Amino acid sequence: MSIKLKALLKSPWVFHLSTGSCNNCDIEILDCLTPRFDIERFGMLLVGSIKHADVLLITGSGNRKSMERAKRLYEQIPKPCLVVAVGECALSRGMFIHSYNCPVPIDKVIPVDVYIPGCPPKPEAIIAGVVKLIEKVRKSTEKK
Amino acid sequence: MIYIFYFLFFGFLLTAIIGLLASWIDRKVTAKVQYRVGPPLLQPLIDIVKLLGKETLIPAGSSKVTFLMAPVIGLASVILVSTLLWINNINPTKSFLGDLIVVLYLLVIPSISIIMGGFASKNPLASLGASREMKLVLSYELPFILAMLVTVIKSGFTFRLGEILTFQAQNGAFVGSWSGTLALIVAIICMQAKLALVPFDIPEAETEIAGGPLIEYSGSGLAIYRLMKNMLMFTVPFFLIIVFIGGLRLDGIHLLYGVLKYIGLVALMTVIRNTNPRVRIDQAVKFFWGPMTIIAIIAIILALLGR
Repeated sequence: MSIKLKALLKSPWVFHLSTGSCNNCDIEILDCLTPRFDIERFGMLLVGSIKHADVLLITGSGNRKSMERAKRLYEQIPKPCLVVAVGECALSRGMFIHSYNCPVPIDKVIPVDVYIPGCPPKPEAIIAGVVKLIEKVRKSTEKK
Repeated sequence: MIYIFYFLFFGFLLTAIIGLLASWIDRKVTAKVQYRVGPPLLQPLIDIVKLLGKETLIPAGSSKVTFLMAPVIGLASVILVSTLLWINNINPTKSFLGDLIVVLYLLVIPSISIIMGGFASKNPLASLGASREMKLVLSYELPFILAMLVTVIKSGFTFRLGEILTFQAQNGAFVGSWSGTLALIVAIICMQAKLALVPFDIPEAETEIAGGPLIEYSGSGLAIYRLMKNMLMFTVPFFLIIVFIGGLRLDGIHLLYGVLKYIGLVALMTVIRNTNPRVRIDQAVKFFWGPMTIIAIIAIILALLGR
């Protein structure tokens, strides 16, 4: 594995984007930063600007207005980058699946690397999902 | 030839290593204060290696040359100023007339490079952060220079760092006197603003303007800025140690004292950072031009009276 990717996996900086969620997933994501879970010990930081980020964390059902912005933000992340969808709405639009306002799920618009189910997922589940993502990237590069 | 060695080894390599270590100490102590575990030892280095490997995006419509040059200018001036300080610290006879003034000028250039980068990136939040940084530079420079004037007066009106060091080696450190203590307090608070740490992190307020002047930087530009900030975390306390607390000596038991002086200053910075809320820019300007300047002037008067 190249030193570039190794360093990326050891310090993934996270940008948190809500595409019209009910805020429960967002609260659970912020819980990961609290002393009880403390994701900074894995080198993860929550950054305020998309240009500093390595991981795009998407919550919410992806409504018409916000998906345009989500696509634009995905184009702005410096590559290589990873995308994580958190919560039932981001996975399959949840209870809004028949809504006029959520025509497509998020992974039809931007490529998603890992899905974390739950309504909302526990902080433990979010951390486990990110660990699985790191393992997946590590294995996929070892094969090459 | 020896100067190239000083430049590469002391100015860049040693300063970068100590600066990265200091930024790890800062993050770890912050985590401990908040009852967390905190990042591993190599985390600051890993962050910089990761950023160097990432894509560098240049915002559309920005001034390309200025945008890419600004971090390099800042890093170059930090390397230069730390080289000057190391040369004076190791061999005090090698100093030239007025290098105190040169160091004071060079320590402003990192802030100016951040202002340049912020204005060049064509982002409203970056411009806001850059204008705040400019106001902050204008506010803290006055008491900082007045505090440096105290050491100039006390060492018999010399502008050479080497003579200031030898004077302190013969007569004891300036921090032992009343005027020296007051000036050191002013200088430590100005250092907090120079490093943009929490009570005065107004330019890059994460929660309101999302990183400020650095918002559009990605990849190697951001890596150079982070390295510059980590190196400043060594250079500015080192300057205060040379000017007020008698320098770092690298022989025998004095090495331990030197390390303790530096760790003490970094720990003080971290504790101030963790126990204070952010102030507004107008409050910062009032604070520096009001109480801090008055304390610095009192210190100068005491120094002129020989206290």
